Amino acid sequence: MNISNQEYGELAKRHSPPSSMYKTIPMAFVIGGGICTLGEALLNLYEYLGMGKTNAGALTSMTLIFLSALFTGLKLYDRLAQCGGAGTLVPITGFANAMVSPALDFKSEGFVLGLGAKMFSIAGPVIVYGISASVLYGIIYYIVILFMGGL
Amino acid sequence: MDTFMEYVWAFLVGGALCAVGQVLIDLTKLTPARILTTYVVAGVILGAVGLYEPLVDFAGGGATVPLTGFGYLLSKGVREAVLEHGLIGAFTGGFTSAAAGIAAAIFFGLIAALIFKSGSKINE
Repeated sequence: MNISNQEYGELAKRHSPPSSMYKTIPMAFVIGGGICTLGEALLNLYEYLGMGKTNAGALTSMTLIFLSALFTGLKLYDRLAQCGGAGTLVPITGFANAMVSPALDFKSEGFVLGLGAKMFSIAGPVIVYGISASVLYGIIYYIVILFMGGL
Repeated sequence: MDTFMEYVWAFLVGGALCAVGQVLIDLTKLTPARILTTYVVAGVILGAVGLYEPLVDFAGGGATVPLTGFGYLLSKGVREAVLEHGLIGAFTGGFTSAAAGIAAAIFFGLIAALIFKSGSKINE
């Protein structure tokens, strides 16, 4: 496409979201950073209570997921997402929200094909590609240590 | 003071990872599903090449709470399982390490969906 910078600017402006990036990006930074800081606090709390690093990490994720499910149910998470943008999407709470929200909305279509299936409309692809990438890595890693004789 | 800096780094690194996501949303029109998928796969790759581990040591929750941390967890689980069990570990390691998170999301998600009434739809 052959257009001048000015034309492109106008085109881009017309297709941009209404909210300015000068606002959305700092908001994502602050709210996302805040959720991660809460995670860090939970991590320290569970380690302080005598848990190992792995279990403390798992329990931190579970706590954040629980809170996200609760706040999604109370409609508070979506309200936070309106100003937090990616700050509420990228943390693990966003993953949980992406499961609970459609499950809740499609409950009326039945407990199996509504709630049960729609829960994975966003989480499904994430798991498909995440697990597949990790399996691929595992196979490559296995071949590497096979030839290099146990790292 | 060390503890304080730990929180500062968790905030800054976690915030930065989210800001990158926001830049992607604003500039590329990537849907939330694509962003989450990209982050998890990126986490697996960064974990595989050994770049994510130092970030986790440095930023704690700032690196583990974002979805890239989930990908890192998958790669770490696979690596440990391959070392312990051989090739089958490539298939068992990912889910094993992510089990708590995935089971919690499914279970708490189900409970929340059963208890609460539906409201506005999530915008994709």
